[in-house]
Amino acid sequence: MSALEQLYQQVILDHARERHGHGLRDPGDGRSADSHQMNPLCGDEVTLRVALDESGDAPVVRDLSWAGDGCSISQAAISVLHDLVVDQPVPQAREVVEAYRGMIRARGSVEPDEEVLGDAAAFSGVGRHANRVKCAMLGWTAFEDALNRLGVTAGPEEEAR
Amino acid sequence: MSLDTVPVGPVPTEPAVAEPAGPAQPFDDAELTGIRADFALLSREVAGRPVRYLDSAATAQRPRSVLDAERGYLEHANAAVHRGAHTLAEEATDAFEEARAGVAAFVGRDPDELVWTRNATEGLNLIALALSDPLAGTDPGTGRYTLRPGDEVVVTEMEHHANLVPWQRACARTGATLRWIPLTDDGRLDLAAAADIIGPRTKVLAVTHASNVLGTVNPVTELLARATAVGALTVLDACQSVPHLPVDFAALGADLAVFSGHKMLGPTGIGGLAGRREVLAELPPVITGGSMVERVTMTETTFREPPQRFEAGTPPVSQAVALHAAVRYLGSLGMDRVAAHDQVLTTRLLEGVREIPGVRVLGPQTAESRIGAVSVVVDGVHPHDVGQVLDASGIEVRVGHHCAQPLHRRYGATASTRASLYVYSTAAEVDAFCEALAGVRGYFGRG
Repeated sequence: MSALEQLYQQVILDHARERHGHGLRDPGDGRSADSHQMNPLCGDEVTLRVALDESGDAPVVRDLSWAGDGCSISQAAISVLHDLVVDQPVPQAREVVEAYRGMIRARGSVEPDEEVLGDAAAFSGVGRHANRVKCAMLGWTAFEDALNRLGVTAGPEEEAR
Repeated sequence: MSLDTVPVGPVPTEPAVAEPAGPAQPFDDAELTGIRADFALLSREVAGRPVRYLDSAATAQRPRSVLDAERGYLEHANAAVHRGAHTLAEEATDAFEEARAGVAAFVGRDPDELVWTRNATEGLNLIALALSDPLAGTDPGTGRYTLRPGDEVVVTEMEHHANLVPWQRACARTGATLRWIPLTDDGRLDLAAAADIIGPRTKVLAVTHASNVLGTVNPVTELLARATAVGALTVLDACQSVPHLPVDFAALGADLAVFSGHKMLGPTGIGGLAGRREVLAELPPVITGGSMVERVTMTETTFREPPQRFEAGTPPVSQAVALHAAVRYLGSLGMDRVAAHDQVLTTRLLEGVREIPGVRVLGPQTAESRIGAVSVVVDGVHPHDVGQVLDASGIEVRVGHHCAQPLHRRYGATASTRASLYVYSTAAEVDAFCEALAGVRGYFGRG
C-alpha cells in the first residue's frame, strides 16, 4: 500500500462522500449544545451539535449533527464519530474519544484497538502527517467541547488535555 | 573594507549567466541546468520521485553561495557588531554593514535607509506600532505621521494578514478608520473604487506590490502617487515582488517598504524595512533597549538616528551576510531575466491549468502584470487533499488560505492550492504539476 493509500483508505473516502450526520438538526426536547471549531491552517470550520437523552442512569448521546465543509480527512472523521457515538452512553463515548486521540498521537506507532475504534481505526495513518492531525481532530474536539458545555462527566483526562 | 577583501571563507560562487543585449531573455536550458546545480536540495527525492519544489512563494530554496557565505562568516569573522575593539568585531561589523549597503542598493535605497527586521511581518508591525504610538511627538522630530481619530488607513482586500491585522490594531488604538480597496472578479484592484477611497482623510496607504495568492502585480506607481498627492504616507508590502521583479522603492515612490529574506534565496530570520530617510527619522522607536540609544539615565533616554533606532538588541548578523550573498546571486542572474523566466513559466502554468476540467484559477487568467504564484480551487476537493495527492508525486505546493482569509472569502473559497515558481523552476515541473492536478478529482471520485 502506498503512503497515499495508507492515508486515504477506502473507508475514509467513503465516509468523506457520505458525511453521516451532516446538516444541523433541530435538537428536539432535552438538553443540547453546539460547539464551533476552526482549523487555523486552512480556515475550515465546523459547528457540531450534541443532543442528550438524560432519562436513564447515564446520559446518552441521543443525536449528533453538524455543519461545515472541509478536507476528506476532517469530513470522514466527523462522519465516523457520528456512527460511533450516537446512542452511546456519554462515558463510553468519551472512552472512544480518548482512544482516538491516543491513536492519532501515537503517530502510527501503535496498532489501533479496532474493538473500540471501529472504522475510526482507519485514521491511524493520519498521525504520521503532522499537518493533518488537526484535520482528524477537528470534529472530535468539537464533540468533546459540546459534552463539556453540557457538563456531562468531564473525565480525568480532561485535566491533562 | 568590503566583504570581498575580508577573509570570511569561501568567496561566493555566482552563476555564469551572460547578459544579452535587447529585451531580457529567459534562461536557456544550459543556464537553468547551471542554476539548479547551485541548489543542493533540488536533487533530493520525495515519494521516490525527484522533488518538484513549487512552493517558493512560501519560502525559497537557497543556493550554495548563500549557505557558504553564512558559514564562511561564522567560521572566520563571527563576533558582536558595533562594539568591541578587536579584529573580529571590526570584520564582523564591516561584513554586516556591507550587507546593509548591498541589500539596500538592490532595492533602490541608501545604506542608512535600510532597517534590518526579523521578517516582513515584523517590519509592517513596526510601522503600524510607530504610527499608533501615543508617545510619538514626545521624541524630538517624531509624530508627524501619527494616526488620530478621523484619519483613514487604506489597505486592499488582497492583503496578506501581515498587512491587515497590524492596521486593524493600529486603528483600534488610535480611533483611525480602516478602509480597503475592493477587488475585481479577475483578481485586480478596483481602481475606480480606489480613486474614491484615497482622499484627503487618507493618512496611510498600505498596499501589497504583488499578491501572494493571486499573483497580481498592482499598479503601485500610480496608486502610491495618488496617496502621496493627498499627503498620505505610503507603505509597500514587497515580499513577493522583490524576489521576482526588478524593484526600486525610490522610483516607485514608496515611503516605506518591507521584504523578507527567505523568499529571495536568503535565510529565515531576516527581512528589511526600507524607507525614505526623512520618513524613518520622523518615526518613534518601537522596540527599545541596547544598540538603539544615545544617552541613557535612570529616567530618560535619547535615541539614535535610523536605521539603528529600530534595531534594538543583537541583530541577525550572519543572516544579513547570507542575504547579501542572495542579492549578489540574484544580481548576477539579472532581475530582468529572473522576471522573464517567471513570465514564460507562468504563462505555461496558466495555460496548463486552464485545460483541466473542474479547476478554477484565482486571479488574473493571463501572465500580464502577474508573478508566478498561481492559486487554484479544485471543484469538490479540499486543498489539503489536493496537496496530499500532489505530494505523492513529489510535487510540493502550498495549501490553505495563505494568510489571506478575506481574499479567499471574496472569491467564494475557504482555501486554495498554490503552485509558485522561482529562478530554478522548470517547464517540466510545471507540466508535472498540471498532469498530477488533472488526476486529483478522479482520485476522490469527482472527475
